[in-house]
Amino acid sequence: MARTRFILMAMLAAAGWSAGVQTAAAAPKELNVLSWCDHTDRELVGAFEKANGVKVNLKEYDGTGVALALLEQSKPGDWDVFVVDSIDVARVVKLGLLAPLNEADFPFNDIFPQVRTPELHKVDGKLYAVPEKFGYNTIAFNKAKVDPRDMRDAAVLWNPKYKGRLAVYDYYIPVMEMVGIGLGIKPAELNAGHLKAVKEKLFAMKAHSKVVGDVVTVQTALATGEVDIIAGGGEFAVSVLHKENPNLDWMLPDQGGVRWQQAIGVFAASQKKDLATQFIKYIMSPAGQGKLATSSCYWAMPANSKATLSAEQKKVLRWDEQPKFLANSYFYLRPDEAFDKALLDTWTEFLQHTP
Amino acid sequence: MSATAREKQLRGWSLVGPGLLWTIAFFLVPLFIMAAYSLFQRVGGRIVTDLSLANYRLFFEKPHHHDALFNSLEVAVVTAAVSMFLAYPLAYILAYRVPPRWQRIALVAAILPFWTSYVVRSYSWLLVLSSEGIVSKALQWTGLCDGPVAIANTRAATIIGFVHFFTMLLTLTIFANLVQIPASYRRAAADLGASAFQTFWRVTLPLSIPGVMVGAFLTLVLTLGDYITPQILGGYRELLLPQAIMLQIQRNADFPMASAMSMILMVVISAVFVIFSRWLKIERL
Repeated sequence: MARTRFILMAMLAAAGWSAGVQTAAAAPKELNVLSWCDHTDRELVGAFEKANGVKVNLKEYDGTGVALALLEQSKPGDWDVFVVDSIDVARVVKLGLLAPLNEADFPFNDIFPQVRTPELHKVDGKLYAVPEKFGYNTIAFNKAKVDPRDMRDAAVLWNPKYKGRLAVYDYYIPVMEMVGIGLGIKPAELNAGHLKAVKEKLFAMKAHSKVVGDVVTVQTALATGEVDIIAGGGEFAVSVLHKENPNLDWMLPDQGGVRWQQAIGVFAASQKKDLATQFIKYIMSPAGQGKLATSSCYWAMPANSKATLSAEQKKVLRWDEQPKFLANSYFYLRPDEAFDKALLDTWTEFLQHTP
Repeated sequence: MSATAREKQLRGWSLVGPGLLWTIAFFLVPLFIMAAYSLFQRVGGRIVTDLSLANYRLFFEKPHHHDALFNSLEVAVVTAAVSMFLAYPLAYILAYRVPPRWQRIALVAAILPFWTSYVVRSYSWLLVLSSEGIVSKALQWTGLCDGPVAIANTRAATIIGFVHFFTMLLTLTIFANLVQIPASYRRAAADLGASAFQTFWRVTLPLSIPGVMVGAFLTLVLTLGDYITPQILGGYRELLLPQAIMLQIQRNADFPMASAMSMILMVVISAVFVIFSRWLKIERL
């Protein structure tokens, strides 16, 4: 009995030792990235992994609220890199989540001037995130089925001519801003007093819409011919489908559109800040920017004007029209907590509304 | 207490212990945490732990919140009713009409939908029910409809997705119950002059009620808590309660409000359990 126990103990000890040795020897360098789905493209991160002998673990999310929920359930130090909407950078800095960055580490001179937006990425004069990609929440459509001239007017979203042919992207702030634009209200001026008018138009849109959903849902609806227009859609919804169906297009109405922009930063609690900074440098390099812009999840404009892109890719992204688009687009609103709750309440009413 | 009695008690606890610990760790503790969170508030991006019923008050004050509960109940009841209507004849045929050697194959066919991913299945239904899908094309081809018919992205689509899954579940629970009813009962009824319908109505149906009720209970509970199917097939034409809960988490990271709504969902499910408890005889399955 004693002998059996000894043999068992010896086997367990040997197994434990060998497992320990294996873990220590094989432990790869790892970087944990919390990001939108575009960074999960292996084409993008594969080159960085190979060059640095590192494994990049990516967790995707689809809204800052979801990311904050994930972070609340994580231990400090679990995450190294954070890809976040530029508009939310100050908010997450206030929560103590991001570490300051050295501006000289990144090619700011190559970033489109309108996209640098230090007011969004700096807090108390310190840089916390680097703008990496941008695009528009506007109107995407199938030009074989609608009159593209109609799309030049933001009020097309509630035009009875397109009843039953509309999909609404389920992201409350940009779509409500688009409704505001259609009503002649500039996004920066949108306030609680406008909510009644906005709600009325949202309900009209609901009556005309066939589906409200996330990117994949509205994209599928447009691609399958279920709908012909995506309210709140843009290059991110249709560019990736351009090869299959060149008729899928997008446009900024004459009154303007909403611009989204995402940025990348290092978590304050990261234990691998140097490696994380290295990753951001790669993402901001011309090669990284080209791959990020044409990620299999969604295409959009790279922040770096020197991004490596083919002429065809630039055409799909409407590279040459960017100066006009940038001048005629507005950032996401930055509502205070009370107004944000009111906006979300109105949006929930819209979702619940049965025409 | 004698040594034997103590030993018996110890053995009893050792058998019950693991299950009890599991239930405490993975059901009661999370439930307690959720109940506590439901009384907190989210203010300024942080959770304030002052206890209040504000989240519950908000839920009942705002129609777009409590309408989600009513929508969920309506969808769950219709799903259970339609699934039951389809599953009972199927289970009956499987139990009494299909030769025993074919029963196993028929049962495997019945559970095949469980083998595919829930998400993939829902997206498949989306394509089938879209205006360019096979249902619309078939309706136009037969001349029943003039133009394309889009069932996708409606409540009907959500119910169809649910019914596809739960008909099979109900078939299994009813079948398991039916095969346990001794054949001698039906023979005795026939000997006493009962017609086939009377035998079914007065013998088979009452004895199969526990199987029906277990299936109906599972259908109601799983439908009430499901997020994926309405999200993919419903097209956000309306909100069901799990979608309303997810909205609170995804948009605002408002865990207290989401917890309050989840507690309300728990109460509704508990009420369903109480209603069904007199028929829920698991040992009969």
